[in-house]
Amino acid sequence: MKMTIADVEQVARLARLELTAEDKELFAGQMDAILGYVEKLKELNTDGIVPTSHAVPMENAFRADVVRPSIGLEKALANAPEKTGTFFVVPKVIE
Amino acid sequence: MKYQPVIGLEVHVQLLTDTKIFCGCSTTFGSEPNSQTCPVCLGLPGALPVLNGTVVEYAIKAGLSTNCTITPRSIFARKNYFYPDLPKGYQISQFEDPICQNGWLDITLAGQEPKRIGITRIHMEEDAGKLVHGDSGMGDGSGVDLNRACTPLLEVVSEPDLRSSDEAVAYLKQLHQIVTWLGICDGNMEEGSFRCDANVSVMPVGSKTLGTRAEIKNVNSFKFVKQAIEYEILRQIDLIEDGGTVVQETRLFDPNSGKTRSMRSKEEAHDYRYFPDPDLVPLVISDQWVERSRSELPELPGQRQQRFMTDLGLLPYDAEVLTASRALSDYFEAGVAVHDNAKAVANWVMGEITRALNDSGTSIDACPVPPERLAELLKLIDNGTISGKIAKTVFDEMWKSGKAPLTIVEEQGLVQVSDSGAIEGIIDEILAANAGQVEEYRSGKEKVFGFFVGQVMKASKGKANPALVNELLVSRLKG
Repeated sequence: MKMTIADVEQVARLARLELTAEDKELFAGQMDAILGYVEKLKELNTDGIVPTSHAVPMENAFRADVVRPSIGLEKALANAPEKTGTFFVVPKVIE
Repeated sequence: MKYQPVIGLEVHVQLLTDTKIFCGCSTTFGSEPNSQTCPVCLGLPGALPVLNGTVVEYAIKAGLSTNCTITPRSIFARKNYFYPDLPKGYQISQFEDPICQNGWLDITLAGQEPKRIGITRIHMEEDAGKLVHGDSGMGDGSGVDLNRACTPLLEVVSEPDLRSSDEAVAYLKQLHQIVTWLGICDGNMEEGSFRCDANVSVMPVGSKTLGTRAEIKNVNSFKFVKQAIEYEILRQIDLIEDGGTVVQETRLFDPNSGKTRSMRSKEEAHDYRYFPDPDLVPLVISDQWVERSRSELPELPGQRQQRFMTDLGLLPYDAEVLTASRALSDYFEAGVAVHDNAKAVANWVMGEITRALNDSGTSIDACPVPPERLAELLKLIDNGTISGKIAKTVFDEMWKSGKAPLTIVEEQGLVQVSDSGAIEGIIDEILAANAGQVEEYRSGKEKVFGFFVGQVMKASKGKANPALVNELLVSRLKG
């Protein structure tokens, strides 16, 4: 498995990251090392082993369906770079 | 060439919980924008989601009612994409191991055999927020309201088993009936509580290879679903016939033009990089839990329809109409419980009650005539106290005043006249006043009989017992 610059660019685009040429070189190497390690793990026999989705051995944590107070408009909108009325405002999106 | 449409539906069912799926914010519709938000549904760093147990209960109920298998161990996954209505940059959904799998519904189109439509999966997920365009103060931007963000949804995915817009609508209506019947969704399509994406493709008849599909987004009425699918089928056939190819894309239905139009090409946006959400622990559903849930299910519309036919002797059509909603069929049953004439109760519920509800825009839950009162009215007809015609007058008065039927009958003196002496008196007057018609009748024009009946009924203000009027008229005219 060899990470190419194109692979890094694809991942960066999906994550909306802007990378410099040096970044891309650096990350390609690092990601290659990580994936190489995963390749190594593949050598193990994992027949009959359930894939791990969580590191904590816990299940079924539920909340009761009971309303709790929301934080209020002032706090909700406190960090908004732009707002109008009680809306957040973002660059225009039209479908 | 002849083409075969292939349709699969993805339905989003908004669950009727009081709170959101991963936080305690209220799900009330129509509140001030962003007033129902907290760190979890705003996607603030460090906030942790906790699953609403009622959502799981509802999902299991939906699964059992659509013949699904409940997955013993399911997990939540992050679906990663960027959009301004999605504050976290991912939607918490289920990908591998959704809570319900491999179900089906049988649909029946008029005059056809039932057809089984597969349900691939039902999974739980959170809704996104709402974008608002063009309000004052937004300038060139769009407004974001996150009240709806994190609202619980079930996504019900069908197999591509549907072959026409009519089948799609029949399937959709049945699913809608089930989730509203279970009380897990209010079914309000206009407010988006029940919305549908349709995957539509066409292939040459006899082909085994499915054509490329287009996904039509968020069609919010049964009528529009039918229109959108029909338009899309024709569009794809035209395109292929003209030598073009269908591209896989998302399309939007425009109700004004009745057409679908391209929204965005999905090919590259399709990499959602799903992975298990580490913030939510796995969901393990034991057999006991499933069985408890199964035992709590109400009698479902299909079962009730069957019972109405076998136990109460209703015709299939009547049984279907009366099980259109749980409230309507409960109303009908409450009526039958008081007056054991199912056919009469059925006719009145489907007739006068439905008409009056429609005319006044009232829902059956708010019907001003309770089923017990309707049953009392029908008793009065069946025991001969009033005629069926007068009953309609009494009914209108019950609707308006809320009074008991017997009270109205007594107050207004509407008791049916079954005293032959009194009726004979009226008949004699009518015959004397219409000597010409009497002559006609006796010379063989028996058609004028109806005229006499009408006159007698009118003179008695509708109170004369119609059967008796007929009988007495015949003997008087022959005499």
